[in-house]
Amino acid sequence: MSTEPLETMEAATLISEESQAILLPHAKAKAGRPRVLAWLGLFAAPALVLAGVVAIWYLLSWRYLPIILGRDATPEFLRNIILPYPHDVVQVAFLDSTNLGDLLSGLLLDVRLSFTGLAISITIGVLTAVAMSQARWVERSFYPYAVFLQTVPILALVPLIGLFLGFGFSARLIVVVIISLFPIITNTLFGLKSAEQGLHDLFTLHTTSRWVRLRKLMLPTSMPAMFTGFQISAGLSVIGAIVGDFFFGRGQKGLGNLIDIYSNRLRPAELWGAVLFSTALGLFAFIFFGWLRTRLTGHWHESASRGE
Amino acid sequence: MKEADGTTLRFDRVAKTYPDGTEALREISFELAAGEFVTVVGPSGCGKSTLLRLASGLLDETAGAVHVDRARLGYVFQDPTLLPWRTVQKNVELLAELHGIEKVARHRIASEAIDLVALNGFEEHHPKRLSGGMMMRVSLARALTLDPNVFLFDEPFGALDEITRARLNDEVLGLFMSQGFAALFITHNIYEAIYMSTRVLVMSARPGRIIAEFEIPFGYPRDQDLRFQPGFAEIGSRVSEALIRAYE
Repeated sequence: MSTEPLETMEAATLISEESQAILLPHAKAKAGRPRVLAWLGLFAAPALVLAGVVAIWYLLSWRYLPIILGRDATPEFLRNIILPYPHDVVQVAFLDSTNLGDLLSGLLLDVRLSFTGLAISITIGVLTAVAMSQARWVERSFYPYAVFLQTVPILALVPLIGLFLGFGFSARLIVVVIISLFPIITNTLFGLKSAEQGLHDLFTLHTTSRWVRLRKLMLPTSMPAMFTGFQISAGLSVIGAIVGDFFFGRGQKGLGNLIDIYSNRLRPAELWGAVLFSTALGLFAFIFFGWLRTRLTGHWHESASRGE
Repeated sequence: MKEADGTTLRFDRVAKTYPDGTEALREISFELAAGEFVTVVGPSGCGKSTLLRLASGLLDETAGAVHVDRARLGYVFQDPTLLPWRTVQKNVELLAELHGIEKVARHRIASEAIDLVALNGFEEHHPKRLSGGMMMRVSLARALTLDPNVFLFDEPFGALDEITRARLNDEVLGLFMSQGFAALFITHNIYEAIYMSTRVLVMSARPGRIIAEFEIPFGYPRDQDLRFQPGFAEIGSRVSEALIRAYE
């Protein structure tokens, strides 16, 4: 065709304009905001909040707690039973080797509990969601019972779980699974269903295999939502482990058991130590799955690249 | 099947009524010969997209028959419908992959298609870094990999700005001339319809029927100046009148 050179030329100018439009904002962002500043922004702001919280803590335990609680007690008294100074918590809970040993072995048990439970929940949850996405009747039949998991007060199940599984590790594990399963099912199912209709049409035109559609379209589409589910459940699994400790105290002691003991014996420094440890575990699990999601989907998914 | 008379796609008194009772299309008959570029214009909701869904087999007709070789059918949707986790190269390879073409061959086929839409250098980009126009070209390249002899376009450039749309129109016409497919194009833009086509069909409001047909007398290659020729304006006003009647 006689015009082909012309068209190629037009296409070439088109590309250079479009590529500029793509590359420029990116380049600008890099030049305008150096890495160091970005990192400072990432850590400085939360660090400032932490400093503020510690400062308020000091003020409270120093003299303001009685006023806030409206109790007629001296600050010293409340320091001894409710809110010690932060440095006392560090001193007693983390620098005393016996206490630290108790806390660490409790932490270790809860790490095992929550991670095992989460792994079970992820396996069951993803498989359930996939099955539900493949057939309406599966979803209709099982979804109500998934909601049941979410709504049943765990306290109401304690005697039953105890009867069936005893009061040790496996009973605690079932608590973790019950608490962490639902968000995985709902988020994964939502993700599996969120591929756009046009893409489904494309697959309908070019393949008849359900398996291919699931593997090449639905599962990758569901990844961001699925990992959001994992992230929520990771936090919940830690709560589940601590709650499980409370109800099923037989055998090795987890952080939940320690919290129970410390509060009964009026040892607030150790109590706060246990609270901080369990919070840190939940936080770690939450951050880990957020990081993993960004790692796996950040290069293509819109919101994931902004991170948590 | 390419029939003896060179027809690549034939609608024979096709009707479509949806299960909910909505009558989308009534008594649609037309042919698309090899080398033809036929565009369908009509009011929104008149069943233009249904026409393509019937042609591709995504929907079944309620009455009548659609004759077409679906093994070599290209389909470009309203949206680019790219897989966001795949690079441009891997997106273009998708259809060949679904049809079981082995790795080396489909890589080569995809690279050729990427050449055709002039996206060289963007093979490793993910869709989120591309502009709307470029995504549409990836979508075009993907459809080209199966070497279609009938190409269905479902309002592909409706979401793009005027300049990008004009450029993509020229690219599609370039491919139309070099690749030798027959095209069935849907739009609600009269100027785009005339500029692209050998023939323009006007559909009525629902239930969709073909109420007018215009032969476009201009040869190919065409360029954008055509839009400012007196003859173009004249046929434009005739199509426009037919389209206004289509709303009644």
